[in-house]
Amino acid sequence: MTEGGSLRVLIVGAGPAGVRAAETLLKHGVKPTVVDEAPRHGGQIYRQQPDGFKRPPRTLYGFEAHKATRLHQAFDSLKERIDYRPNTLVWNLWRNVAHVAGPKGTDEIPFDALVLATGAMDRIIPLPGWTLPGVYSLAGSQVALKYQGCAIGQKVVFCGTGPLLYLVAYQYKHAGAEVVAVCDTARLSHAAYLMPGLLAGGSTIFKGMWYAAWLKLHGVKVLNGVTPLRFEGTDRVNALRLITGRGGEKTLACDAVGHGYTLKPETQLADLAGVNFGFDTMTRLWLPAIDEYGRSTVEGVYLAGDGASIAGADAAELRGELAALALLKDHGMAVPNARMVALMRKLGRLSRFREALDRLFPVPATDVHAINDEVVVCRCEAITAGEIRHAAHELDAGEVNRVKALTRAGMGRCQARLCGANIAELVAHARAVPLEAVGRLRGQAPIKPLPIALTRKADALWALNRPDEPWSG
Amino acid sequence: MTESQFHRVAERERPSLTLYLDGQAIEARRGDTVLTALLLARHVIRESEFGDGPRAGFCLMGACQDCWVFLDAGGRIRACTTMAEEGLRLVSKVSVP
Amino acid sequence: MERLETEVIIVGGGIVGCSTALHLRQRGVPVILLEQGQTGAAASGVNFGGVRRNGRALEELAIAARSLEVWRSMPHLLGSDCEYMVTGHLKLARSEADMVALARHAEAQAPFGFKVEMLSRNALLARFPYFGPKVLGAAWCESDGQANPRLVGPAFARAARAAGAIIREHSRVSTVARDGERFLVVCGDDREHHVEVRGRTLINAAGAWANQIAASFGEQAVMEAWSPQMVVTEPFPYFLKPALGVVGGDVYLRQIPRGNFIFGGGYGDATLASGRATVMPKETLGSCELAVQLIPRVAEATVIRVWSGFEGITQDHLPVFGPSLTTPGLTHAFGFSGHGFALSPGVGSIVAELATTGATDVPLGPLSIGRFAKESAETPGR
Ligand SMILES: Cc1cc2nc3c(=O)[nH]c(=O)nc-3n(C[C@H](O)[C@H](O)[C@H](O)COP(=O)(O)OP(=O)(O)OC[C@H]3O[C@@H](n4cnc5c(N)ncnc54)[C@H](O)[C@@H]3O)c2cc1C
Ligand code: FES
Repeated sequence: MTEGGSLRVLIVGAGPAGVRAAETLLKHGVKPTVVDEAPRHGGQIYRQQPDGFKRPPRTLYGFEAHKATRLHQAFDSLKERIDYRPNTLVWNLWRNVAHVAGPKGTDEIPFDALVLATGAMDRIIPLPGWTLPGVYSLAGSQVALKYQGCAIGQKVVFCGTGPLLYLVAYQYKHAGAEVVAVCDTARLSHAAYLMPGLLAGGSTIFKGMWYAAWLKLHGVKVLNGVTPLRFEGTDRVNALRLITGRGGEKTLACDAVGHGYTLKPETQLADLAGVNFGFDTMTRLWLPAIDEYGRSTVEGVYLAGDGASIAGADAAELRGELAALALLKDHGMAVPNARMVALMRKLGRLSRFREALDRLFPVPATDVHAINDEVVVCRCEAITAGEIRHAAHELDAGEVNRVKALTRAGMGRCQARLCGANIAELVAHARAVPLEAVGRLRGQAPIKPLPIALTRKADALWALNRPDEPWSG
Repeated sequence: MTESQFHRVAERERPSLTLYLDGQAIEARRGDTVLTALLLARHVIRESEFGDGPRAGFCLMGACQDCWVFLDAGGRIRACTTMAEEGLRLVSKVSVP
Repeated sequence: MERLETEVIIVGGGIVGCSTALHLRQRGVPVILLEQGQTGAAASGVNFGGVRRNGRALEELAIAARSLEVWRSMPHLLGSDCEYMVTGHLKLARSEADMVALARHAEAQAPFGFKVEMLSRNALLARFPYFGPKVLGAAWCESDGQANPRLVGPAFARAARAAGAIIREHSRVSTVARDGERFLVVCGDDREHHVEVRGRTLINAAGAWANQIAASFGEQAVMEAWSPQMVVTEPFPYFLKPALGVVGGDVYLRQIPRGNFIFGGGYGDATLASGRATVMPKETLGSCELAVQLIPRVAEATVIRVWSGFEGITQDHLPVFGPSLTTPGLTHAFGFSGHGFALSPGVGSIVAELATTGATDVPLGPLSIGRFAKESAETPGR
């Protein structure tokens, strides 16, 4: 039996999953440390605007305003009673110590248990011209509006797939921006067949249908079953060229594009924590292996929310609470079993909904097989599809880490967040082997760039006692 | 097409401030990120160091690391997650020894 | 179960093993190379990338000279220069005692036919105006350089394969033994993946793991597996052409034309048994500090990746290179102690020479495994 008061729990991420995990722990007498890179809590979906902005929650979060407000209030009421560190990045993990970098420099946070609630980012499929100014990630387009009160351009196209496409287009149009079109690669033709699963999500699917209908009513073109071909322009985007669902080619003039294919988890810290990953055939991604409570394969390391697998904000709140309860139970504390059962039941319903959504909006991950050799795949290092294929073929690299070593693809500052899955697709296709056979790029520290100036702001510079090396260097 | 990439559609009433890129004044408002401030004035923030064209950020949430700019005082910042401050001086090139 | 016959068996697919394979094929010798992971991916693929003679032990200089010939011929030999560039190398002094040590070593190196110039702080700053106040002077060797380690091992492996070598990756050697006049090398623990290879000659190029092979033949080096730590930054405008080292070896730094600073120093505490060489964050921060002390402008850069890998470090920091003292037909080439990248291409050429002619004009006596005979009886290596 562990004393609740002495158990050191670190939660990374103050989004829906992290907030509910913190709240649950505190309720059971455990004061967690919560670290988040953002200046304010709320995570991505319930991201709070900067001080001095005045839009009400209803404008920012629409139908979800009450959920956002509840989550913000929950954390506001507990943040004085825990160790909360905003503006702080966990850049590395070493055994049971998290290494962080914040406004005051670098620091260490020792822990007995770790909850990773690190959220998600856009999944991207590269196209010719996708590095042009004016082309932004889809979720990023939403951030511009929600967090900055800005539209990414004056004539905006949204392109990709997933429910977010319609929501962001709606929010843009509603805010007075000109939305040229919504271009969805999904055909949505089997919506009726998926209805039982979709209804498991409660009112969510109707909101989605409502957005699509509203957009059409307000003169926004909604195209389904499209194949985007390229972003055109020289020093900025001026059009999207695509093949419509009916098969004709079309050019949509615009000065900005929000581009994204649903979300993918931020799993870099899970990698550094040493948890096992498994290949997920539905999303064609490697995901951290967890049990139904959020326990990873490493003792004391738990995952919750979209950082484990994409299930949405409602599920993230439930999974945060559930992981915290599992953690408490694993450390010998009494937890309400009935609550755990109830959480599992709700999550089961949401996962049926998620599965139906995944089928309704399939990620055209294999589209990348067809891109031209000239297209940049790794935008950090400017490595093209042709260079990756050359490594896979002529240089006989059958594994993604080998391709990375030979080409620098995936070696840049974003740590392969944008290109990792696409490199794997290209290598597997070039060698005609299953995707899971080419391995995966492992996360390496620092999970985001670490300014050297920051490392030198630490209170105590490390006393180094390095062995004398007569012949090295 | 205008020079600017971003367009304000809300939150127009905030105290203004000035930052500088290569000595040129850029007007912004308190609460703007550096990237917002720059893209309200222009559509390019840097050239790719590997010669494959101009860049202007991408993910807008601190993940892609595409939006960095040099500080005149040395070092660089990730523009999409750094708040604009009065008198902040940015440069598109740094001199090296 | 598979049975293979060859002339030379090489255990280890780092640069040493792969270069040996290529040079043997050039001499027409049948060869099979066995590698537990991927070729060139252990120490060979993760090191700092320095190609230098400056500040090197005298016992290694003849090997370094042979290796330089191989480095220069790489475009022709491998179809790639592996980003090898002659940029010069500065070994820096941070104390008066360091300056004395550098001058003494420069003098000792003088007979070896390459130029090393002593630079006072003023002379150094006149040519390279970017050093911090801690740097008091340097030994400058213009003919040294640097290369991209990730490319070299795989390039040798490809060239060796193209020349007819059999290279088996993901093939961990589990036992080695004499079988009459030949060696018997067994890979794989289960029956299905079991491979038996027989050959007349055995090359032990198993890097940090090589003592296990040597021990099978009743000899050992006093050697430990350490994991040096590396750091790379985002690109920064290119200005630092030479590669840098320091007396004492606690930090080394270079910049590549793409702009990234690459530097290293310190060790993680990984052991071979853990199978994973992980990075100690404190050592990373320490390396940042030491690098900035050399060149203050490095403080403006941003770290994007850190890594580590296993390297065999011997008691005297010199490699084990030359014939076995217990077993005819066995040659050791391992334990390069953190400075074998520059040597490895040449080591392969020398091993091939030894294996086919029985002799080489490169003096290897001081590097013999025999030098540990007394100590290894008392302190077995890890
Ligand atoms: C930009 C964006 C917009 C979205 N918009 C919608 C929408 O409109 N509607 C919808 O239904 N769903 C949306 N989603 C999905 C929704 O965000 C998720 O379902 C939900 O937020 C998951 O909650 P979470 O707690 O797992 O992650 P998040 O809410 O993302 O919270 C994770 C937090 O962890 C922090 N963090 C991560 N790593 C570190 C680290 N190493 N150190 C310090 N802090 C760290 C992050 O800064 C973040 O604040 C969006 C997702 C994204 C990425
Ligand atoms: S735009 Fe991606 S990190 Fe700033």
